[in-house]
Parts: sequence; C-alpha cells; structure tokens
Amino acid sequence: MEPTPARNMAETPWQRFVRNFFGSRIATAGFVLLALIVLAAIFAPVISPQNPYDLAKLDVMDSRLEPGQASVDGSMTYLLGTDDQGRDMLSAILYGIRISVMVGVLSTVIALSLGLTLGLLAGYAGGRIEAFIMRVADIQLSFPPILIALILLALTGRGIDKIVIALVAVQWAYYARTTRSAALVERKKEYIEAATALGLSPLRIMFRHLLPNCLPPLIVVAALQVASAISLEATLSFLGLGLPITEPSLGLLIANGFQYLLSGKYWISVFPGIALLATVVTINLVADQLRDVLNPRLQTQ
Amino acid sequence: MDTTLTVNDLQTQFATRAGLVKAVDQVSFSVKRGEIMGLVGESGSGKSMTGYSIMGLIDAPGKIVAGEILLQGSDLRSLPAEAMRKIRGNRIAMIFQDPMMTLNPVLRIDTQMMEAVRAHQDVSRMVAREMSREALVRVGIPSPDERLQAYPHQFSGGMRQRVAIAIALLNQPDLIICDEPTTALDVTIQGQILYEMQKLCRESGTALIWITHDLSVVAGLADTVAVMYAGRIVESGTVQQVLEHPRHPYTHGLIASAPSRNPRGQPLQQIPGMTPSLLNLPEGCAFRTRCAHATVECAQTPQLREVEQRMLRCWHPLRDNVVEAVS
Amino acid sequence: MLAFIIRRILQSLVVLLVMSLLVFVGVHAIGNPVDVLISPDADQIERAKVIVAFGLDKPLWLQYFIFLKNAAGGDLGRSFAYSTPALALIFERMPATLELSSAAILLSVVLGLPLGLLAGLRPNGLVGKTIMAVSILGFSLPTFWVGLMLIMVFAVQLGWLPTSGRGETQMLFGVPVSFLSWDGLRHLLMPAFNLALFNIALVIRLTRSGAQEALMQDYVKFARAKGLRNSRIIGVHVLKNILIPIVTVVALQFGSIIAFSIVTETVFAWPGMGKLIIDSIRVLDRPVIVAYLLLIVTIFILINLVVDMLYSVLDPRVRLAESKG
Repeated sequence: MEPTPARNMAETPWQRFVRNFFGSRIATAGFVLLALIVLAAIFAPVISPQNPYDLAKLDVMDSRLEPGQASVDGSMTYLLGTDDQGRDMLSAILYGIRISVMVGVLSTVIALSLGLTLGLLAGYAGGRIEAFIMRVADIQLSFPPILIALILLALTGRGIDKIVIALVAVQWAYYARTTRSAALVERKKEYIEAATALGLSPLRIMFRHLLPNCLPPLIVVAALQVASAISLEATLSFLGLGLPITEPSLGLLIANGFQYLLSGKYWISVFPGIALLATVVTINLVADQLRDVLNPRLQTQ
Repeated sequence: MDTTLTVNDLQTQFATRAGLVKAVDQVSFSVKRGEIMGLVGESGSGKSMTGYSIMGLIDAPGKIVAGEILLQGSDLRSLPAEAMRKIRGNRIAMIFQDPMMTLNPVLRIDTQMMEAVRAHQDVSRMVAREMSREALVRVGIPSPDERLQAYPHQFSGGMRQRVAIAIALLNQPDLIICDEPTTALDVTIQGQILYEMQKLCRESGTALIWITHDLSVVAGLADTVAVMYAGRIVESGTVQQVLEHPRHPYTHGLIASAPSRNPRGQPLQQIPGMTPSLLNLPEGCAFRTRCAHATVECAQTPQLREVEQRMLRCWHPLRDNVVEAVS
Repeated sequence: MLAFIIRRILQSLVVLLVMSLLVFVGVHAIGNPVDVLISPDADQIERAKVIVAFGLDKPLWLQYFIFLKNAAGGDLGRSFAYSTPALALIFERMPATLELSSAAILLSVVLGLPLGLLAGLRPNGLVGKTIMAVSILGFSLPTFWVGLMLIMVFAVQLGWLPTSGRGETQMLFGVPVSFLSWDGLRHLLMPAFNLALFNIALVIRLTRSGAQEALMQDYVKFARAKGLRNSRIIGVHVLKNILIPIVTVVALQFGSIIAFSIVTETVFAWPGMGKLIIDSIRVLDRPVIVAYLLLIVTIFILINLVVDMLYSVLDPRVRLAESKG
C-alpha cells in the first residue's frame, strides 16, 4: 500500500496521516469495527441486557438455550443463547470483551513503560547496568512467551493481577532491547553531548531527548502486542491458568463451552470465539496500516 | 544468411509514475555474420536497453511497443514466450557487466554451465560436463577440472567474466550481446579479454554487439559502430568512417573529449551541458541544447538518413575536420 | 570453534542451574500439596506419614540440595499424583509430543515454502494477495480457537476426522509412533495442522520476501539470458539462496512449537507432555512440574546451541571464506 502523493502543499502532517491511513478500505473497515468493539467494551454494563455476574438473576432453567429463544419466564429473549449456567451469552460476551481488552491494553502499556525505562537506562548508563539488563532480556527472549507465562502462572495461581504480571513479563524484554539500541545510536549524537554540557540531568536527557526519537516504531509494535496479549490471555484462560471463573474473559467463556461443542451446542463457544477473533484481527489490521503509514521509507512525497 | 541481426525502428518504452520514458527510440541497425558492432553511448543513452530488448528481457513497466528484431530473417517479437526462451542462451547469448553478480553464489560453476547446455540440447550430464570443460579451456582458464567444482567467489573478477564468456559460447550462438563486460575489470585483463573475444568470433563466425561507453575499446575491437544519445542512434557506420571522420557533433565531442586525445598541459575538451533526463527531452533533436551548431531547424526531429556512407541523424553534418583516429 | 562450544555449554549449564533454583523455590512457595493428596477427613497420623514420605518436612534449602543430588543421578522425584518417577512419566509422554511437533514442522515447510514462493512470484495477483491475507490470519488467530473450529467443522459437522486423541501406535526403534497407520494419520492431521498454522504463516512471509529479493538479483537475469526454464530458475537458483535463512528460523521455531503443543494437546486431548503439565499444575504435582520445566529449558538451550553451530556450516560462502583466508 503506497501513500498517495500530496494533493496540496498546505496539508498538515496530521491531515496527511489521516488521509494515508484511511486510504485503504480494509484498514478503514477494520478501524470502524475496532472502534465499535472498544465502545462495546467500555459501555458493556450499560448495553448488556443482563449482568452476567449477578448470580441472583440467573435462572438455571434457562441454561443451554439456543440463540433466539426466550427465557422460561418470558422476560427476555436470549439473542445469542445461554450457557450452562443460564447466563445470557450476549451479556457474557460484552463483559468478556471488556475484560480481555482491558487486560491486553493494561499489560501492554505497563510492559511498554517498563521496557522503555529499562531500555533507556541501559542505553544511557551503559556498563554493568546495561550488561545485566540486556542479559536478562536476552535470556527471556529466547524462550517462547507461552512458556514464560506458564511458569509464572503455575507459580502464582489465578487472578487478574497475576495474569497482567505474566503478560508484562512476557513483553517487556522486546521494548527494552529496541529502546536500548535506539538509545545507543542516539547517545553518540551531538545533541546529547550538548545537553550534557548544559548540565541537564540524565533523567531529563533520557526522557525529553532520547525518547521521542525511539517512539514511533515502538507504538506500532505496541499496537500489535495488544492483540497478541489478548490472544495469549485467552489461551491461558482457556487452559485454566488465567483469570478466575468469577471474571470470565473471552478465553474462559470459550473453555466453558468446549465440552458442549461435540453435542451441537456450538453457541456457547463459537460466539465468544468470533468476538475474540474480531478483536484480534481488527487490531492487527489497524496496526499493520499504522506501520505502513508511519514507515519513513515509504514517505515518497 | 549473411546478415545475422537486423533491427528496424525499435521502440521500447517505460511507463513510470513520473511519465513515459522512451528508452529506445527508433533504433535501427544490422550486424553481419562474424561482424563486431560497437554500441556506444553514455549511461542512460539506451544502449543496455537495446540489448535487453533484443533478448526479450524487458519487464514491466517496460514494453517493446514497435519495431522488428529480425534474427536471420525471422522476427523475434512475433515469437511466443516459450519459443523466445529457446532462442535465449542458444542462438543469442548475453554477457553482463558485473560477473560477481551474474553468477549465482551458492551454486557450483559446473552446475551453472551444464544447465546452460542442457536447457537447449538433449545431452547427458556427462556430455554436458565435457562440453563445459572444453569451453573453460577455450577461454583460457587453467585447471578446468578443479575450477568446475568451485564456487564463484573463489574466482577473480577476470576469471569470472571468462566463465561468463564460456557459458555464452556453449551453445554456439549466432549472436552474442556483451553489456560492458570489461568495465569492471583491470585494464590489462580487459585487453586480454578483448583480444580473445575477437579471435573467437573470427573463428566461429559469431556476430558480436559490444555495448560500451569507452570509444577506445570500440576502436580496437569493432568493425562497425553505432552511437546512441538519449535513446536514439545518432550516427552509425564503419569504425574507420565514424571515428576518423565523425559527422555528428555528439560523436565529434565524444572523440575529442577522450583524455588520450588531448595534449598534455591543455585543459580537457568537454561537451558543454549535461545529458538530459529521458523524461525531459528537448523537442526535436535531443542534442540540440548542447550543440554549438544548433539552429531553429533543429527543433524538428531529424531522421536517420544515409549520408556519406553512414547513417546519420543530424540537420547539420560536420565538415571533415582533421580529427585523428582514436588510438 | 572448540572454545566457542565449551563456552556456550558452560553458559547453558549456569542458566540451567539458575532456572532449577527459581523453579524449585517458586513451586514450593505456592500452596500445600498435602491438601491435594490427602482427603480432608484423614487424621493427623495419616498426614504426618504422607509428609514424611514425600520429604515435605525438611527445610526448603535441604529439599533443594536433595533435589540437586538426585537430579545429578537422573532422579527428579516421584510424581505425587501417579507415584511413578517424574522423569519417567515425562519420557513416557514425550514421543507423542515429539511426533506432533515434528509433524507440525514438516507441514509448515511443505505448505509454507510453495505458498510463499507463489506469493513472491506474483505479489500483485489475486493468488499472491490471497496468500498474504491468509498468512495474516495465521498469525492473528489464537491457536486454541482455530483448533476448536477445526474440530467443529471437520469432526462434528463433516465427520471426516476423529475429534480427539491419538491413533493406534506401533513400535519403531523401541518408540511408539502413530504415523505409520492410516488411523494414526487421521488422528494426527488436525492437531498437527493446528499447531503448524502460525509457522506456516511465518514461512510464507519469509519465503515471499526472500523470493522477491532474490528475483531482483542479477543472477536471475543472467539465468533468464541463458534461456533456462522458469521452473529451474525458481526451483534451483532462487530456492537455494533463500533456503538458508528459512531453515534457521524453522529450526529455532522447533522449541516454540514444543512449548505451544501444550495448547494443542489440551484441545485435541493428545496424550503428550503438554497435557501432562497442565494436569500437573492443576493438582500441584510439584515434581512433575519441576521436571517438565527443567526438561523444556534444557531442550531449548540445546536447540539454540545446535542452530548456532549449524549456521556457520550451512552457508558455503562463510565456510569457504574461512578456509580461503
């Protein structure tokens, strides 16, 4: 996907960015869908027909109803069916999206911040600190994410905070490495020397000067990592290692419905699956487009 | 047949985003059996593109839009792709400028030679190997058996180019197109290769098109010469006529600006101005903007006409200045 | 070269040791397996007996040293749940996992290479674009979900393939394998494909970009000038050039695939190491957890080491340049 040439010279960088980004129909569609998903996640409590965590409201008589069927007492129609507890699938999915997205975004943001800071520190401080941080990062990067998450969760058990920690542990090393490489390059440049000569504190130099140069590619990676984190969390929950049953993410919902797949009650698994799919794929689409647009090498004006 | 190749009014164009580039514009020439023709011009003059067009190696966004390429009478342009493939490397061979890049670094020499044979002749591997070995001997490569087992990066530049020549000769082509094959080599090696090419062509009757920017090479090697500028042929004829009595101002400028021609202590002669971009050619004669003899008439594109025993594209052919032959 | 190997082995041993410490301590910090092993209404005497039997009464550091001592002798403890040596238990399950992982690697190359070549040769055609779109899906879709969908479509709806489990096994060099029988292959197909999906996408992308780059090289132009068939140009000239980096990546991915087989084995009820570890985590079968983690770490270190050494051997330019001097 090539950026189109500028229409007029008076265009601001932001306008150019917007024009390039939405130049692809697929990316625009992805963006719209993603926006809808995010909105659904934020407003889940408002738009759900039912609160799926409120055990009192659930009626076990309503369990395993097919999509479109009405509840036993006729008070509501289950658009997407119910699960084995009588929970409305639509509501469960909306809340599930909420949790999945929240966990994904939160862990990525923390991992990014942590990795950035450590990477800047390593790049700027050098010496033993740098060696130590990089060694740890290298070792961790040579192991597959699922293994690391597995080990951590095996040791710590279930819970939202624990899974966020596991996801952060999986992601930080990459950001640290990238930031440190960029920092190494920048450190040798003259404007850093100038800043040091002016007596600016190392912290200020790190954040005000080094940071803005390293940011753009990291943003793209972070976007992709959100999708990857959501995917990983779903996998872990599916395996029974992630979130507790009281706060079901999409992964857990899918796991719940697994046993019913074979008997034809597909909706308990499939619908959360589609929601998961939509979330992950749209994030990937948008992030891919973001990368193409932000790539300086493709900026032929 | 006496004439191996005849090119009539060849037009190759590239449709780029910035505009239409006429890389080869109304190019016509012919090469006889056993004859060596030099195709001379600066970079961007279209000489390499002419070579690729003849080979049928022009890829999108380029396209041959008009003209005939007659190989011993039959028009190559009318051939389907598979038929053209059978001609490439078989009846017409090509040698490129950088031998480092043209040989595949991860394949052995014998592999790369034998496949050239077996693509066109139905022979066994043993026979193909023997033919390859003989070809290496013919181009003067010592210890051919060892060399066959080697990889390209184990050869020097000159040797690699000899291998490329050997490959070109394997199927005894009627025509070999050489695209600046000695530009990347040392002068002494260049001399050797030139001599050997000449010998081989005389012996086998193979026609040769030698593409170069170096006039001295042409003077020593070729029988005929065609000078290209901005995609067009501006002058062509026998080497003696064109180089000793150039009629086109550009040809004259080229000869005069050769460093060997200029006496010591004098500033080097140059052609004023720069080669125009092919996207931005002047109307009419492309050399107009740099020519000391240009007039209003030159805004019309001159056609290639026969003038004084050569083909010339100019409204104002030069008089016979006493121009010493390039040595 | 020898010094390099020795240095790397030493490094690996250190990592292994550190990992063993971390894992051991970590596993002992959580929960109390005694509660898992004994029914709630057992009395104190029963509990005491079990505690002693499993060595749970000793202080942590002592337990660790005993563990190390035993580990050096090949004994990594007995599984709480199965009462068999943990290592033996894992080894019993290993062939199934290796079979699945190998099949997945094979699939990723057999499917990924040709598709990637196709996409590289015609990047702007419908074929090329479709392949790339599919590869994006291969990256983004969560493996377990794809597995579920595969089961639903091919097993439940269409009934072509079995829903789960491993097929019948025969002995091959003393190791039970299932791919030698048709029934075994039917059981192997879906889980192997599921596991391979991410890698197929990876190989497609690598092959495609490698092919595109290779096609721009002069040696391809020269090969065409020689009048070679397209099939030979692609199949020999281009392929040999792009194969080396692809092989490296695929080899490195082997470890990742073994790790990820945990998910696939769970979805398809494949009786391998992965399923074992999940079950063990649930019941807090510490020896098995520790043994498994250490084994996986060792496998990883080994793979990294081997690939590092292989790379310098594979590329003839590197190899011969060193000898040429």
